[in-house]
Amino acid sequence: MRRIVTTILSTISIMVLLFSYHTSSSSATVSASPVVQQPASSDPNPPSGSSKSGGISTTRPGPAAKPSPAPAAIAYTGGVASTRWGPVQVRITVRGGKVTRAQAVQYPQGRSQDAQINSYALPILDQEVVQKQSASIDTISGATVTSDGYLQSLQSAIDQAHL
Amino acid sequence: MSRKAWVQQIMGMPISIHLRGKDVDSPMVAHVVEDAFDLLREADRLFSTYRDDSEVSRIRRGELDPEHADPLVQQVMALCRQAGELTRGAFTDQLPDDQGVLRFDPTGLVKGWAADRAANRLADLSGLAFCLNVGGDVVVGGTEPEPEPEVNDGSGAIWRVGIEDPRDRSRVAQVVELHHGGAATSGTAARGAHLYDPNTKMFVDRGGSVAVVGPSLMRADVWATALFVGPKSLMLRFSEVADGYRVISL
Repeated sequence: MRRIVTTILSTISIMVLLFSYHTSSSSATVSASPVVQQPASSDPNPPSGSSKSGGISTTRPGPAAKPSPAPAAIAYTGGVASTRWGPVQVRITVRGGKVTRAQAVQYPQGRSQDAQINSYALPILDQEVVQKQSASIDTISGATVTSDGYLQSLQSAIDQAHL
Repeated sequence: MSRKAWVQQIMGMPISIHLRGKDVDSPMVAHVVEDAFDLLREADRLFSTYRDDSEVSRIRRGELDPEHADPLVQQVMALCRQAGELTRGAFTDQLPDDQGVLRFDPTGLVKGWAADRAANRLADLSGLAFCLNVGGDVVVGGTEPEPEPEVNDGSGAIWRVGIEDPRDRSRVAQVVELHHGGAATSGTAARGAHLYDPNTKMFVDRGGSVAVVGPSLMRADVWATALFVGPKSLMLRFSEVADGYRVISL
Protein backbone atom coordinates (compact mmCIF):
# COMPACT_ATOMS: atom_id res chain seq x y z
CA MET A 1 0.00 0.00 0.00
CA ARG A 2 1.20 3.43 -0.80
CA ARG A 3 1.79 5.74 2.05
CA ILE A 4 1.46 9.43 2.06
CA VAL A 5 4.97 10.69 1.81
CA THR A 6 4.88 14.11 3.29
CA THR A 7 8.31 14.23 4.76
CA ILE A 8 10.44 13.67 1.72
CA LEU A 9 10.67 17.22 0.64
CA SER A 10 11.15 18.61 4.08
CA THR A 11 14.57 17.12 3.85
CA ILE A 12 15.52 18.40 0.47
CA SER A 13 19.15 18.87 0.10
CA ILE A 14 19.67 21.51 -2.48
CA MET A 15 23.04 20.78 -3.91
CA VAL A 16 23.85 23.48 -6.33
CA LEU A 17 27.01 22.33 -7.92
CA LEU A 18 28.48 24.72 -10.36
CA PHE A 19 30.14 22.99 -13.23
CA SER A 20 32.09 25.19 -15.47
CA TYR A 21 31.19 24.91 -19.11
CA HIS A 22 34.81 24.23 -19.89
CA THR A 23 35.36 21.45 -17.44
CA SER A 24 32.72 19.14 -18.79
CA SER A 25 35.34 16.43 -19.03
CA SER A 26 35.54 16.29 -15.27
CA SER A 27 31.78 16.15 -14.84
CA ALA A 28 31.58 13.43 -17.46
CA THR A 29 33.09 11.05 -15.00
CA VAL A 30 30.17 11.77 -12.74
CA SER A 31 27.53 11.10 -15.34
CA ALA A 32 28.41 8.15 -17.58
CA SER A 33 24.85 6.88 -18.00
CA PRO A 34 23.68 4.10 -15.71
CA VAL A 35 26.69 3.78 -13.49
CA VAL A 36 25.83 3.58 -9.82
CA GLN A 37 26.60 6.84 -8.09
CA GLN A 38 26.10 6.54 -4.39
CA PRO A 39 26.13 9.80 -2.53
CA ALA A 40 28.94 10.36 -0.10
CA SER A 41 26.54 9.69 2.72
CA SER A 42 23.94 6.96 2.49
CA ASP A 43 21.73 8.83 4.92
CA PRO A 44 18.46 9.28 3.05
CA ASN A 45 17.68 12.35 5.12
CA PRO A 46 20.58 14.67 4.69
CA PRO A 47 20.56 17.64 7.02
CA SER A 48 19.24 20.69 5.35
CA GLY A 49 18.32 24.22 6.13
CA SER A 50 15.92 24.48 3.28
CA SER A 51 12.36 25.54 3.83
CA LYS A 52 9.62 22.99 4.35
CA SER A 53 8.20 23.23 0.88
CA GLY A 54 11.51 23.63 -0.81
CA GLY A 55 10.59 26.91 -2.39
CA ILE A 56 13.47 28.71 -3.96
CA SER A 57 13.19 31.50 -6.42
CA THR A 58 15.03 32.61 -9.44
CA THR A 59 14.81 35.75 -11.45
CA ARG A 60 15.22 35.22 -15.12
CA PRO A 61 17.49 37.73 -16.72
CA GLY A 62 15.75 39.92 -19.25
CA PRO A 63 16.62 39.69 -22.92
CA ALA A 64 19.11 42.50 -22.51
CA ALA A 65 21.12 40.47 -20.05
CA LYS A 66 21.30 37.49 -22.35
CA PRO A 67 24.28 38.09 -24.58
CA SER A 68 26.65 36.56 -22.09
CA PRO A 69 29.15 33.76 -22.62
CA ALA A 70 27.97 30.18 -22.68
CA PRO A 71 25.75 29.70 -19.63
CA ALA A 72 27.14 27.63 -16.81
CA ALA A 73 25.65 24.26 -16.09
CA ILE A 74 23.92 24.01 -12.74
CA ALA A 75 23.01 20.72 -11.10
CA TYR A 76 19.87 20.35 -8.99
CA THR A 77 19.41 17.33 -6.79
CA GLY A 78 15.84 16.37 -6.00
CA GLY A 79 14.56 15.15 -2.67
CA VAL A 80 14.99 11.51 -1.78
CA ALA A 81 11.88 9.66 -2.89
CA SER A 82 10.87 6.62 -0.91
CA THR A 83 9.78 4.13 -3.51
CA ARG A 84 8.52 0.65 -2.85
CA TRP A 85 11.95 -0.52 -3.95
CA GLY A 86 13.95 1.83 -1.77
CA PRO A 87 15.19 5.41 -1.81
CA VAL A 88 15.63 7.15 -5.14
CA GLN A 89 17.26 10.48 -5.73
CA VAL A 90 17.75 12.21 -9.05
CA ARG A 91 20.08 14.96 -10.10
CA ILE A 92 19.53 17.03 -13.21
CA THR A 93 21.99 19.32 -14.90
CA VAL A 94 20.59 22.51 -16.39
CA ARG A 95 22.28 24.84 -18.81
CA GLY A 96 20.57 27.91 -20.19
CA GLY A 97 17.16 26.73 -18.95
CA LYS A 98 17.42 23.31 -20.58
CA VAL A 99 18.02 20.00 -18.92
CA THR A 100 21.16 18.57 -20.42
CA ARG A 101 21.52 15.54 -18.20
CA ALA A 102 19.56 13.51 -15.67
CA GLN A 103 21.06 10.88 -13.47
CA ALA A 104 20.14 8.88 -10.42
CA VAL A 105 22.49 9.63 -7.55
CA GLN A 106 20.81 7.09 -5.33
CA TYR A 107 18.67 4.11 -6.20
CA PRO A 108 17.84 0.66 -4.87
CA GLN A 109 20.40 -2.06 -5.27
CA GLY A 110 20.81 -5.61 -4.12
CA ARG A 111 17.82 -7.63 -5.18
CA SER A 112 17.70 -9.06 -8.67
CA GLN A 113 14.47 -7.20 -9.27
CA ASP A 114 16.25 -3.97 -8.50
CA ALA A 115 18.85 -4.68 -11.12
CA GLN A 116 16.05 -5.24 -13.60
CA ILE A 117 14.32 -2.01 -12.69
CA ASN A 118 17.56 -0.08 -12.81
CA SER A 119 18.61 -1.47 -16.15
CA TYR A 120 15.27 -0.39 -17.52
CA ALA A 121 14.66 2.88 -15.77
CA LEU A 122 18.01 4.54 -15.57
CA PRO A 123 19.04 4.54 -19.21
CA ILE A 124 15.70 6.05 -20.23
CA LEU A 125 15.80 8.60 -17.45
CA ASP A 126 18.38 10.74 -19.15
CA GLN A 127 16.62 10.57 -22.53
CA GLU A 128 13.31 11.18 -20.90
CA VAL A 129 14.12 14.49 -19.30
CA VAL A 130 16.06 15.78 -22.20
CA GLN A 131 13.28 14.93 -24.64
CA LYS A 132 10.41 16.16 -22.53
CA GLN A 133 11.75 19.61 -21.95
CA SER A 134 13.01 20.13 -25.45
CA ALA A 135 9.50 21.03 -26.57
CA SER A 136 9.57 24.09 -24.28
CA ILE A 137 6.82 23.02 -21.94
CA ASP A 138 5.98 24.26 -18.47
CA THR A 139 4.30 21.22 -17.03
CA ILE A 140 3.18 17.74 -17.98
CA SER A 141 -0.25 16.15 -17.89
CA GLY A 142 -0.23 12.39 -18.02
CA ALA A 143 -1.48 9.25 -16.43
CA THR A 144 -1.45 9.79 -12.69
CA VAL A 145 2.01 9.91 -11.25
CA THR A 146 2.29 8.36 -7.84
CA SER A 147 4.84 9.13 -5.19
CA ASP A 148 6.54 5.79 -5.44
CA GLY A 149 7.99 6.33 -8.87
CA TYR A 150 11.19 7.53 -10.34
CA LEU A 151 9.36 10.41 -11.95
CA GLN A 152 8.53 11.80 -8.56
CA SER A 153 12.16 12.16 -7.69
CA LEU A 154 12.71 13.61 -11.12
CA GLN A 155 9.83 16.07 -10.80
CA SER A 156 11.22 17.40 -7.55
CA ALA A 157 14.55 18.12 -9.22
CA ILE A 158 12.71 19.83 -12.06
CA ASP A 159 10.67 21.85 -9.60
CA GLN A 160 13.80 22.99 -7.85
CA ALA A 161 15.25 24.11 -11.13
CA HIS A 162 12.05 26.13 -11.84
CA LEU A 163 11.85 24.75 -15.33
CA MET B 1 9.43 38.42 -14.12
CA SER B 2 10.31 36.13 -11.25
CA ARG B 3 9.24 32.60 -10.75
CA LYS B 4 9.12 30.29 -7.81
CA ALA B 5 8.15 26.66 -7.34
CA TRP B 6 7.04 24.53 -4.42
CA VAL B 7 6.49 20.82 -4.31
CA GLN B 8 4.99 18.62 -1.62
CA GLN B 9 3.83 15.03 -1.42
CA ILE B 10 0.14 14.87 -0.60
CA MET B 11 -2.46 12.19 -1.38
CA GLY B 12 0.38 9.91 -2.38
CA MET B 13 1.27 12.18 -5.28
CA PRO B 14 3.82 14.83 -6.05
CA ILE B 15 2.05 18.18 -6.10
CA SER B 16 3.79 21.23 -7.45
CA ILE B 17 2.84 24.88 -7.49
CA HIS B 18 4.65 27.20 -9.86
CA LEU B 19 4.15 30.96 -9.68
CA ARG B 20 5.19 33.72 -12.04
CA GLY B 21 4.99 37.41 -11.43
CA LYS B 22 6.54 40.22 -9.49
CA ASP B 23 6.43 39.42 -5.79
CA VAL B 24 6.85 35.67 -5.61
CA ASP B 25 9.04 35.99 -2.52
CA SER B 26 6.61 37.89 -0.28
CA PRO B 27 5.42 36.30 2.99
CA MET B 28 1.84 36.77 1.80
CA VAL B 29 2.54 34.61 -1.24
CA ALA B 30 4.14 31.91 0.92
CA HIS B 31 1.08 32.03 3.18
CA VAL B 32 -1.38 31.58 0.31
CA VAL B 33 0.69 28.74 -1.18
CA GLU B 34 0.67 26.98 2.19
CA ASP B 35 -3.11 27.48 2.34
CA ALA B 36 -3.40 25.81 -1.05
CA PHE B 37 -1.37 22.83 0.14
CA ASP B 38 -3.47 22.75 3.33
CA LEU B 39 -6.65 22.47 1.27
CA LEU B 40 -5.18 19.44 -0.48
CA ARG B 41 -4.13 17.93 2.86
CA GLU B 42 -7.65 18.49 4.17
CA ALA B 43 -9.04 16.62 1.17
CA ASP B 44 -6.61 13.79 1.87
CA ARG B 45 -7.70 13.59 5.51
CA LEU B 46 -11.38 13.41 4.58
CA PHE B 47 -11.31 11.35 1.42
CA SER B 48 -8.27 9.08 1.35
CA THR B 49 -9.07 5.41 0.99
CA TYR B 50 -5.53 4.71 2.23
CA ARG B 51 -6.20 6.28 5.61
CA ASP B 52 -8.23 4.15 7.96
CA ASP B 53 -9.42 7.23 9.86
CA SER B 54 -10.69 9.24 6.87
CA GLU B 55 -14.42 9.85 6.64
CA VAL B 56 -14.54 7.97 3.35
CA SER B 57 -12.87 4.94 4.93
CA ARG B 58 -15.39 5.08 7.76
CA ILE B 59 -18.27 5.31 5.28
CA ARG B 60 -16.80 2.33 3.40
CA ARG B 61 -16.75 0.27 6.60
CA GLY B 62 -20.28 1.28 7.44
CA GLU B 63 -19.16 3.16 10.54
CA LEU B 64 -20.28 6.59 9.35
CA ASP B 65 -23.68 7.43 7.97
CA PRO B 66 -23.10 9.69 4.95
CA GLU B 67 -25.83 11.98 6.25
CA HIS B 68 -23.63 12.74 9.24
CA ALA B 69 -20.47 13.18 7.21
CA ASP B 70 -18.56 16.43 6.84
CA PRO B 71 -20.38 18.93 4.57
CA LEU B 72 -17.45 18.68 2.14
CA VAL B 73 -17.97 14.91 1.90
CA GLN B 74 -21.65 15.45 1.22
CA GLN B 75 -20.78 18.03 -1.40
CA VAL B 76 -18.47 15.56 -3.15
CA MET B 77 -21.09 12.82 -2.98
CA ALA B 78 -23.55 15.14 -4.72
CA LEU B 79 -20.94 16.03 -7.35
CA CYS B 80 -20.28 12.32 -7.95
CA ARG B 81 -23.98 11.73 -8.54
CA GLN B 82 -24.06 14.63 -11.02
CA ALA B 83 -20.95 13.29 -12.76
CA GLY B 84 -22.57 9.88 -13.10
CA GLU B 85 -25.67 11.41 -14.68
CA LEU B 86 -23.63 13.72 -16.91
CA THR B 87 -21.55 10.85 -18.30
CA ARG B 88 -24.45 8.39 -18.57
CA GLY B 89 -22.99 6.19 -15.89
CA ALA B 90 -19.46 5.97 -17.28
CA PHE B 91 -18.23 7.78 -14.18
CA THR B 92 -18.96 6.02 -10.92
CA ASP B 93 -18.09 6.43 -7.25
CA GLN B 94 -18.81 2.74 -6.59
CA LEU B 95 -15.58 0.83 -7.15
CA PRO B 96 -14.65 -2.73 -6.22
CA ASP B 97 -12.47 -3.06 -3.14
CA ASP B 98 -9.77 -5.71 -2.65
CA GLN B 99 -12.49 -8.36 -2.27
CA GLY B 100 -14.35 -7.15 -5.33
CA VAL B 101 -17.17 -5.62 -3.28
CA LEU B 102 -18.43 -2.32 -4.64
CA ARG B 103 -17.82 0.47 -2.16
CA PHE B 104 -17.99 4.25 -2.12
CA ASP B 105 -14.77 5.59 -3.64
CA PRO B 106 -14.88 9.19 -4.88
CA THR B 107 -11.14 9.28 -5.62
CA GLY B 108 -11.71 9.82 -9.34
CA LEU B 109 -13.46 13.10 -8.67
CA VAL B 110 -11.80 14.26 -5.46
CA LYS B 111 -8.42 14.92 -7.00
CA GLY B 112 -9.80 17.43 -9.50
CA TRP B 113 -12.23 18.88 -6.96
CA ALA B 114 -9.47 19.42 -4.42
CA ALA B 115 -7.13 20.87 -7.04
CA ASP B 116 -9.82 23.33 -8.17
CA ARG B 117 -10.30 24.40 -4.54
CA ALA B 118 -6.56 24.91 -4.09
CA ALA B 119 -6.45 26.80 -7.39
CA ASN B 120 -9.22 29.11 -6.21
CA ARG B 121 -7.06 30.01 -3.23
CA LEU B 122 -4.07 30.65 -5.49
CA ALA B 123 -6.25 32.89 -7.65
CA ASP B 124 -6.42 35.27 -4.68
CA LEU B 125 -2.84 36.26 -5.49
CA SER B 126 -3.16 39.39 -7.56
CA GLY B 127 -0.58 39.99 -10.24
CA LEU B 128 0.62 36.39 -10.25
CA ALA B 129 0.01 33.49 -12.57
CA PHE B 130 -0.04 29.99 -11.14
CA CYS B 131 0.28 26.43 -12.36
CA LEU B 132 -0.75 23.63 -10.04
CA ASN B 133 0.18 20.08 -11.03
CA VAL B 134 -1.45 17.34 -8.99
CA GLY B 135 0.14 14.06 -9.97
CA GLY B 136 -0.19 14.74 -13.68
CA ASP B 137 -3.41 16.77 -13.70
CA VAL B 138 -2.92 20.47 -14.21
CA VAL B 139 -4.85 23.61 -13.33
CA VAL B 140 -3.59 27.08 -14.17
CA GLY B 141 -4.87 30.61 -13.64
CA GLY B 142 -4.11 33.99 -12.20
CA THR B 143 -3.37 37.19 -14.01
CA GLU B 144 -4.39 37.74 -17.59
CA PRO B 145 -1.64 36.94 -20.03
CA GLU B 146 0.37 39.93 -21.08
CA PRO B 147 1.24 39.75 -24.73
CA GLU B 148 4.96 39.68 -25.17
CA PRO B 149 5.36 39.20 -28.89
CA GLU B 150 9.04 40.00 -28.84
CA VAL B 151 9.97 37.72 -25.98
CA ASN B 152 8.38 34.39 -26.71
CA ASP B 153 10.42 32.43 -24.23
CA GLY B 154 7.55 30.84 -22.36
CA SER B 155 7.23 33.66 -19.85
CA GLY B 156 3.96 35.42 -19.14
CA ALA B 157 0.79 33.79 -17.95
CA ILE B 158 0.41 31.24 -20.72
CA TRP B 159 1.41 27.81 -19.53
CA ARG B 160 2.45 25.24 -22.06
CA VAL B 161 1.06 21.92 -20.90
CA GLY B 162 2.69 18.91 -22.47
CA ILE B 163 0.32 15.98 -22.91
CA GLU B 164 2.32 12.84 -22.32
CA ASP B 165 2.45 10.23 -25.07
CA PRO B 166 0.91 7.12 -23.43
CA ARG B 167 2.90 4.80 -25.70
CA ASP B 168 6.22 6.39 -24.90
CA ARG B 169 6.08 8.31 -21.67
CA SER B 170 9.40 9.94 -22.40
CA ARG B 171 7.70 11.94 -25.13
CA VAL B 172 5.16 14.69 -25.27
CA ALA B 173 2.44 13.97 -27.81
CA GLN B 174 0.88 17.42 -27.88
CA VAL B 175 1.27 20.78 -26.27
CA VAL B 176 -1.74 22.75 -25.06
CA GLU B 177 -1.46 26.41 -24.18
CA LEU B 178 -3.58 27.39 -21.20
CA HIS B 179 -3.97 30.55 -19.16
CA HIS B 180 -7.07 29.53 -17.22
CA GLY B 181 -8.50 26.10 -16.60
CA GLY B 182 -7.48 22.53 -16.27
CA ALA B 183 -6.02 19.65 -18.23
CA ALA B 184 -6.58 16.07 -17.08
CA THR B 185 -5.31 12.85 -18.58
CA SER B 186 -6.67 9.38 -17.92
CA GLY B 187 -4.89 6.26 -19.03
CA THR B 188 -3.16 3.13 -17.91
CA ALA B 189 0.43 4.17 -18.68
CA ALA B 190 1.48 4.95 -15.11
CA ARG B 191 -0.54 2.64 -12.88
CA GLY B 192 -1.78 -0.16 -15.10
CA ALA B 193 -5.43 -1.21 -15.31
CA HIS B 194 -6.87 0.87 -12.48
CA LEU B 195 -9.75 2.51 -14.35
CA TYR B 196 -13.04 0.73 -13.76
CA ASP B 197 -15.85 0.50 -16.28
CA PRO B 198 -19.14 0.26 -14.37
CA ASN B 199 -20.97 -0.97 -17.46
CA THR B 200 -18.80 -4.03 -18.09
CA LYS B 201 -17.83 -4.30 -14.40
CA MET B 202 -14.24 -4.73 -15.48
CA PHE B 203 -11.07 -2.74 -15.11
CA VAL B 204 -10.10 -1.36 -18.48
CA ASP B 205 -6.88 -2.86 -19.74
CA ARG B 206 -6.02 -1.09 -22.94
CA GLY B 207 -3.36 1.35 -23.97
CA GLY B 208 -3.75 4.94 -24.97
CA SER B 209 -5.10 7.82 -22.97
CA VAL B 210 -7.72 10.53 -23.07
CA ALA B 211 -6.86 14.10 -22.15
CA VAL B 212 -9.56 16.70 -21.60
CA VAL B 213 -8.96 20.44 -21.35
CA GLY B 214 -11.52 22.93 -20.05
CA PRO B 215 -12.56 25.50 -17.47
CA SER B 216 -12.73 23.15 -14.46
CA LEU B 217 -10.12 20.50 -13.77
CA MET B 218 -12.70 18.44 -11.88
CA ARG B 219 -15.03 18.32 -14.88
CA ALA B 220 -12.11 17.70 -17.25
CA ASP B 221 -10.92 14.81 -15.09
CA VAL B 222 -14.40 13.26 -14.84
CA TRP B 223 -14.74 13.41 -18.61
CA ALA B 224 -11.24 12.07 -19.24
CA THR B 225 -12.01 9.02 -17.10
CA ALA B 226 -15.50 8.55 -18.52
CA LEU B 227 -14.34 8.80 -22.13
CA PHE B 228 -11.47 6.40 -21.46
CA VAL B 229 -13.68 3.67 -19.98
CA GLY B 230 -16.97 4.47 -21.69
CA PRO B 231 -18.42 3.49 -25.07
CA LYS B 232 -17.50 5.42 -28.20
CA SER B 233 -21.02 6.84 -28.30
CA LEU B 234 -20.19 8.83 -25.18
CA MET B 235 -18.23 11.23 -27.40
CA LEU B 236 -21.53 12.45 -28.82
CA ARG B 237 -22.82 13.15 -25.33
CA PHE B 238 -19.57 14.92 -24.51
CA SER B 239 -19.85 17.20 -27.52
CA GLU B 240 -23.45 18.02 -26.58
CA VAL B 241 -23.07 18.79 -22.90
CA ALA B 242 -19.41 19.60 -22.20
CA ASP B 243 -19.43 23.16 -23.42
CA GLY B 244 -15.98 24.73 -23.37
CA TYR B 245 -14.16 21.41 -23.08
CA ARG B 246 -12.12 19.65 -25.70
CA VAL B 247 -10.72 16.18 -25.87
CA ILE B 248 -7.39 14.82 -27.07
CA SER B 249 -7.49 11.04 -27.62
CA LEU B 250 -4.10 9.41 -27.80
